[in-house]
Amino acid sequence: MIIYLVFLFILLALMVGAAIFSIIQKDLLYAVIGTGVISLILSVLFFLLQAPDVALTEAAIGVALTTIIFIITIRNTVRFEDEHDRKEAGESKKFINN
Amino acid sequence: MDQVKFDISLIEYGFFISAILVIMIGLYGAMVKKSLIKIVIGLSILESGVNLLLITIAYVQGGTAPIFSPGLLKDMPLTVENIKALGAGMVDPVPQALVLTAIVIGFGVTAVALALVIRLYRHHHTLVIDEIKNLKW
Repeated sequence: MIIYLVFLFILLALMVGAAIFSIIQKDLLYAVIGTGVISLILSVLFFLLQAPDVALTEAAIGVALTTIIFIITIRNTVRFEDEHDRKEAGESKKFINN
Repeated sequence: MDQVKFDISLIEYGFFISAILVIMIGLYGAMVKKSLIKIVIGLSILESGVNLLLITIAYVQGGTAPIFSPGLLKDMPLTVENIKALGAGMVDPVPQALVLTAIVIGFGVTAVALALVIRLYRHHHTLVIDEIKNLKW
């Protein structure tokens, strides 16, 4: 009983922490991975709230497809939130392919 | 089926508080940030928080998943009273169906927004919204 309670509160705290991380992160690729973590934890929470169909849909669309289209957008545009960070990081962290 | 019973008065407050926190964080990101991709990320986080809030409202204490199967009516006759008695022990299926639709629509909205972001970047060569001033594409 108490172990389920602790497990649930750890999941909720991880979700809020991932949301804060993906907002304050300057590197947009890491921020997108943070949104993927939010969707993954949200899928587990939907299953524990007796909604298994919503959990399956969230796991497929939220974790996989949304992350993929965000990564495609970052490949086509810039990786960092403001362009000054990109100039400081140099060529090694550059993520543009053309 | 042995169902794990939670102390819902404590757990459900935790779900509500964290869902509202996630909504607030997403709203902050969509309103304050300057990068266009960060705004779309904030909208995506806000949508996740709203989905969690709706599913938490639909939950009833000790309920099962709202799926009928023939094994639930063991040897009872298939009458209206028996089906109503089974449905009383289930969570509310209507917000779950709405959230299932909202997840798919949210994915479509995110895809269209990111396509607009790519078009804006190809025209303006920047993603900072302070530097995108003209109305003409």
